[in-house]
Amino acid sequence: MALSYDDVIAKYEPVLGLEVHVELNTESKMFCSCSTTFGGEPNTQTCPVCLALPGALPVVNAKAIESSILIGLALNCQVAPYSRFSRKNYFYPDMPKNFQISQYDEPICFDGYVDVEIQTDEGPKQFRIEIERVHMEEDTGKSLHVGGATGRIHGAEYSLLDYNRAGIPLVEIVTKIIPGTGKYAPEVAKAYVAELRDILRGLKVSDVKMEQGSLRCDANVSLRLIGSDVLGTRSETKNVNSLRSVERAIRGEMIRHAELLNEGKKVKQETRHFQEDTGLTRSGRSKEQAEDYRYFPEPDLVPVAPATTWIEELRAQLPERPSLHRKRLKEQWAVPDKEMAAMINADVLDIVEETVLLGADPTKARTWWLGEISRVANEKDIAIADLSIAPRDVAEIVALVAAGELTDKLARQVVEGVIAGEGTPAQVVAKRGIKVVNDDGALMAAIEKVCAEQAETADKVRNGHVPAAGALIGAVMKETKGQADAARVRELLLGHLGQATN
Amino acid sequence: MIKTTASEMSLALAKGEITSVALTQQHLDRIADVDKKVKAFLHVDTDSALAQAAAVDADRAAGKALGPLAGVPLALKDVLAQEGVPTTAGSKILQGWKPPYDSTVVAKLKSAGVVILGKTNMDEFAMGSSTENSGYGPTFNPWDLTRTPGGSSGGSAAAVSAFQAPIAIGSDTGGSIRQPAALTGIVGVRPTYGAVSRYGLIAYSSSLDQAGPFGRTVLDTAMLHEIIAGYDPKDATSLKVPVPAVVAAAKSGDVKGLKIGVIKQLQGKGYQAGVLARFYESLEILSSLGAEIVEVDCPSFEYALAAYYLIAPSECSSNLARFDAMRYGLRTGEADGASAESVMNSTREAGFGREVKRRIILGTYALSSGYYDAYYGSAQKIRTLIIEDYKKAFMQADVLVSPTSPITAFKIGEKSEDPIAMYLADVATIPVNLAGICGMSLPAGLADEDNLPVGFQIMAPAMQDQRLYNVGAALEAALVSKWGGHLISKAPALGGAK
Repeated sequence: MALSYDDVIAKYEPVLGLEVHVELNTESKMFCSCSTTFGGEPNTQTCPVCLALPGALPVVNAKAIESSILIGLALNCQVAPYSRFSRKNYFYPDMPKNFQISQYDEPICFDGYVDVEIQTDEGPKQFRIEIERVHMEEDTGKSLHVGGATGRIHGAEYSLLDYNRAGIPLVEIVTKIIPGTGKYAPEVAKAYVAELRDILRGLKVSDVKMEQGSLRCDANVSLRLIGSDVLGTRSETKNVNSLRSVERAIRGEMIRHAELLNEGKKVKQETRHFQEDTGLTRSGRSKEQAEDYRYFPEPDLVPVAPATTWIEELRAQLPERPSLHRKRLKEQWAVPDKEMAAMINADVLDIVEETVLLGADPTKARTWWLGEISRVANEKDIAIADLSIAPRDVAEIVALVAAGELTDKLARQVVEGVIAGEGTPAQVVAKRGIKVVNDDGALMAAIEKVCAEQAETADKVRNGHVPAAGALIGAVMKETKGQADAARVRELLLGHLGQATN
Repeated sequence: MIKTTASEMSLALAKGEITSVALTQQHLDRIADVDKKVKAFLHVDTDSALAQAAAVDADRAAGKALGPLAGVPLALKDVLAQEGVPTTAGSKILQGWKPPYDSTVVAKLKSAGVVILGKTNMDEFAMGSSTENSGYGPTFNPWDLTRTPGGSSGGSAAAVSAFQAPIAIGSDTGGSIRQPAALTGIVGVRPTYGAVSRYGLIAYSSSLDQAGPFGRTVLDTAMLHEIIAGYDPKDATSLKVPVPAVVAAAKSGDVKGLKIGVIKQLQGKGYQAGVLARFYESLEILSSLGAEIVEVDCPSFEYALAAYYLIAPSECSSNLARFDAMRYGLRTGEADGASAESVMNSTREAGFGREVKRRIILGTYALSSGYYDAYYGSAQKIRTLIIEDYKKAFMQADVLVSPTSPITAFKIGEKSEDPIAMYLADVATIPVNLAGICGMSLPAGLADEDNLPVGFQIMAPAMQDQRLYNVGAALEAALVSKWGGHLISKAPALGGAK
């Protein structure tokens, strides 16, 4: 029954397909001038167009076209000289027109690729993910189904509708099928979504916040026997809301498919929903009877025909590719491979870079984010980005340590205070009364006390066994409640015991 | 002075011979007098009309610069959204809905100082050729109250024909301005697709819909055309070109040396004898005015009706999906435990009439997977062929002409049980819509057999709307001098005219 992942990959080859929806960060919606700000009072960011009042007409947001072309170019796609919008017809209360305006058979960009690198047992390995298409569409409103066990429309007592999201511009990025990733399929998928996110962030076209839904991934997974060239039946997993979930969802689906296949059962072609708590998927609607969306060209809009000169202007504006950017940072900061991989894996590279740009030493910045702050995030089981500590706080702390106003130990207390919401580092220092003891008189008193208590150790040091000083320094630090500068303590202690300080 | 023309009213207002309030009141009185019989209006906006009129009078008194139709009353087809005024598109499903916004056409009328008297009856969602498909009962033809005024803009046409308003706005998806204009003895123009903004025009078939003007004369129609046309950033299909000089053309009326093409396919079989007699008579007049008459061949027109009845229903099946009881309009079936889906079903069942349902079903079928290529796809190809036919024809002639409608006004109920017979009423008007070009219908006289108005259709290439007015004005002037007055003056008096 319960198969291990190793059992699965020994017998089957996974084939992936990833569909990523990106909410663009344009100021106004795809087809009207309503605001796109996240989190507004329900139904305050609406107008006749996005509420589909009788007579209202859509007009394409030029900025959304520009963003879509930028995305296509960054993904090495062709830009269509002529593309159209279509109507995807289906009834659902949160879709005001009861059709979605989307690009169907004529996407704005097509045929591209993204290269991703993952760490494997044999070292770093590159995979090329081919992009089938990049197309534009509009988001739906949001339904909140109240009552009922499942939170779905069936069985709900009533539903609340918020049309603020209706008409927010979306770009959908669809890969071609991705074979050949073998046992690394989950990691490759995760690396692809991460790379995509970094590319989009670099383009400044989206907030790319998976937890807010501005970047959403649907993962198609199928298995086939190793050596076979016939594709298996795929499932499409939705609701995958973090990079970690991408990896977990694909791994989980691979195991589920393999179990079914091993039992001689068929995998159903269906939509499944990822459950964050269990890491499993549950069945959504079946796709066996394919829905008929009655696509036809949107007659209210004219075709999109971007001028070649404009496309070339946009191409010239493309920022540095994330992979090159990473390479440059690695060299500039002189980071070892392992540390670089750790930063990428913990998803702190941007945050470290921001901290460095605010003046912090790269090594110090990295150590704080990867060490103490990551530890707290893990403890609290939340994303680092959601902690209430920002790059400017860490930069300030690093500066305080460098100026000798904090010791590393005291700095940890300050980090803890900032995360606890006690204010900026300066405010935490003031509130908690944290202060480096740099009054040599007070330190000497503590040193003398400690040397008297631990006379045996003090003698060892006097006799030239310097490493033994560590225990004494520790005791002095304890005596001064960690508020002393350890370097100064060492200096005074060694001097006191007749040893050279260097 | 309700029996004069809009241009005469405009002149009288400018000279201070009458106030807009008085002129508006005369029309409101006429409506009160005859609309019980004609049923042109779904909603008469008495207070607001008088307030608009008073505002124009005040502006005039203050010496402000006013547009040519400022203070002149108008009837508005109920398919156009007007802020705060009930707008139903002739459908029960929108009963009670008051738009929170003005359509671009209404905004332009308001800023031109045109006084909007109220909303006129129409076939539900503009689907029909008789105004019998209205959810609120039929409109009656002022020439013979047992007959229809045509449709779908039958209310607007009847209002102008019955002197309830000198000018009106209609919309024309397959002939819905030109055919009722023909059947009520007035002038109606369907402008080039994209010339008049569709923003706020409740959509029937987006790629075919176009709002346009009605008047009792070619000049009045041109004056209204010039006000409502123009580029609108709110309509992506709106044309970014200057409005053609239609008023100047309507004042010119010179056909000397023009080539006028008679479309071979739009005459003969199926056309009433009296209709053809008036049509050929008009051709002779044009010829005598110095135009050269040529015959042109448009072989694909044979398939125009079939293509139209696939494209329009396909688009409407999608356009009308929004009427789902969730945000506005009618809502039925809200019993305890009713689901959103059952409320949608019940509302659409109760709110839509038979013809609308027929077209939604037709369109849903035509777009469904497996049938799309055979139906919607083929219809689009025919559309391309029709455009090609026109292109060739316009290389041989400056304008093309035909009878507007093969028949004169038909009896109420005569065709309402036979959709195909009803659809044939638009056989001569539909090609213009499929090609996105412009067309006019103007009165050519009365058919000998029934003494009912006959319409003469003129067609011109896209963005050449001024040609319609030039040719129309020439023909109109010759006919008026022949008749000793406008045809409309022969219409029955109805009530006690004031």
